[in-house]
Amino acid sequence: MKKYTYTEKKDTRSGFGAGLSELGKSNPNVVALCADLTGSLKMDAFEKEFPERFFQIGIAEANMMGIAAGLTIGGKIPFTGTFANFSTGRVYDQIRQSIAYSGKNVKICASHAGLTLGEDGATHQILEDIGLMKMLPGMVVINPCDYNQTKAATIAIADYEGPVYLRFGRPAIPNFTPTDQKFEIGKALMINEGTDVTIIATGHLVWKAIEAGEILSTRGISAEIINIHTIKPLDTDAILKSVLKTACVVTAEEHQMNGGLGDSVSQFLSRQRPTPQEFVAVNDSFGESGTPDELMKKYGLDTTDIVAAVEKVIKRK
Amino acid sequence: METNSMTNIDELKKLSTQVRRDILRMVHAVSSGHPGGSLGCVEYFVALYNVVLKHNAVAFTMDGKNEDVFFLSNGHISPVFYSVLAHSGYFPIEELKTFRKLNTRLQGHPTTHEGLPGVRIASGSLGQGMSVGIGAALAKKLNNDQGLIYTLHGDGELQEGQIWEAAMYASANKIDNLIATVDYNGRQIDGDVEKVLSLGNLKLKFEAFGWEVIENNFGNDLSHVISAFEKAKTFVGKGKPIIILMKTEMGMGVDFMMGTHKWHGSAPNDEQLAKALMQLEDTGKDY
Repeated sequence: MKKYTYTEKKDTRSGFGAGLSELGKSNPNVVALCADLTGSLKMDAFEKEFPERFFQIGIAEANMMGIAAGLTIGGKIPFTGTFANFSTGRVYDQIRQSIAYSGKNVKICASHAGLTLGEDGATHQILEDIGLMKMLPGMVVINPCDYNQTKAATIAIADYEGPVYLRFGRPAIPNFTPTDQKFEIGKALMINEGTDVTIIATGHLVWKAIEAGEILSTRGISAEIINIHTIKPLDTDAILKSVLKTACVVTAEEHQMNGGLGDSVSQFLSRQRPTPQEFVAVNDSFGESGTPDELMKKYGLDTTDIVAAVEKVIKRK
Repeated sequence: METNSMTNIDELKKLSTQVRRDILRMVHAVSSGHPGGSLGCVEYFVALYNVVLKHNAVAFTMDGKNEDVFFLSNGHISPVFYSVLAHSGYFPIEELKTFRKLNTRLQGHPTTHEGLPGVRIASGSLGQGMSVGIGAALAKKLNNDQGLIYTLHGDGELQEGQIWEAAMYASANKIDNLIATVDYNGRQIDGDVEKVLSLGNLKLKFEAFGWEVIENNFGNDLSHVISAFEKAKTFVGKGKPIIILMKTEMGMGVDFMMGTHKWHGSAPNDEQLAKALMQLEDTGKDY
């Protein structure tokens, strides 16, 4: 198992904020909109440096999505910022009609996704957003794994013409990807080459997959670990290549099993190469209040859950 | 830059009659669509595209830089929009016969998806166009572009909450390069707006939201429509968003379609079409 280390834990939302500030300097067409969560989204630096290109919308997310769509008419590249819950479910029809169907170049940037939002509880812990967004024709869906990758993704999506959903989170987690790693939309990253099982993880679950890989290697299991930061378009070549070698797969994500990354992988493999698959995901349940660690454990999204899923799927080969 | 100069009222009246014929024939051909509101907004569209807008029909661009830009928020009145766009040169008038048919660019509700020149946003799901207009108005300000943004909304559409989010934002942020209009015909699918969900005193509501409100009680009179636009323009750049409350008659021009909400979303049959067309002089220019 390839060794991964990190010097500090950082939140992915700060990666977004840092990326946005860099874009402010490098791309005069980038504008940012926020619905009363500037501090939470780490957009304050952009607001301070580029006040004429920052729009405080207030607590009115539907209006924010519409204004963002309108700003593209005139060549602007709007980045909207609010919690994932309010970035998707609350404004689904606005995104569907004014952004996705209209083909507008809006970047929907969503923080506090999933259980790791923690103590605020299930009202804010959206676990359905990936599914909602990937169902929209033409929508790109990205869920980076750490601070550096979120920063790189934020910068990369400005150069892509079309609607993008960028999902990140609240807690400080290991920041382990190289600062100079290129972010290519739709291109999976190989974390570890292995032969016995393929673990495909996204977002906060990538580090847990690395931890699981280390445990598995002590048990004589060689895990191939893939970081899928882009759920749509899915890097099907990388997935197929890996399962042809390992013949079984575990997907891991901080999202409902219904409609998530695992669904996308399963849909692809069932057509191309039926493969035994286990899902590390939330199983048709809302979350609740608690610390991020407690919640990840209770809802079956921990390192040990990945290990257990691997041991189970290997037996099904 | 093409600025339309067809300002002769008689010519515009003739065009209005032709647009009404187009609307009726379009919805009749596919036994679907929304003739009522379309007929009521003919003078608005004819005045907008022939007198008011600075626009370039021949070389349409999505960004509309240095042009005035229009958004139709109540997308179901697409027949009047399409007819006037075609007569303004955005696409061949012949194409009106493809309305609502498979593979058409003239979808039931307007969309950018099929690349129809003249359309810059999809609409149909109501309440979204004012926000889009505000976004485009902000982009114009950032670009130092003197072009104006025009939007049209149904009165029933104002029951959507997003409209009021947008209305609040527009005044708080001095969006004074936007001229919205409400098609104040008092009717919606289920009946009179007053009965379905009363809007109360719309003028006072928009004034309370910080808008400059202009009333036009004769939205089916070209001269009044034009003068309301002219008055609206005098408030551009004065720190407030502008809205015209435009009284119209749903089904205008066809006697049996007026005074009722029943033709909001129903197309005439063969007999009804013949009866309706008899009331609208044939200009010899049917597509």
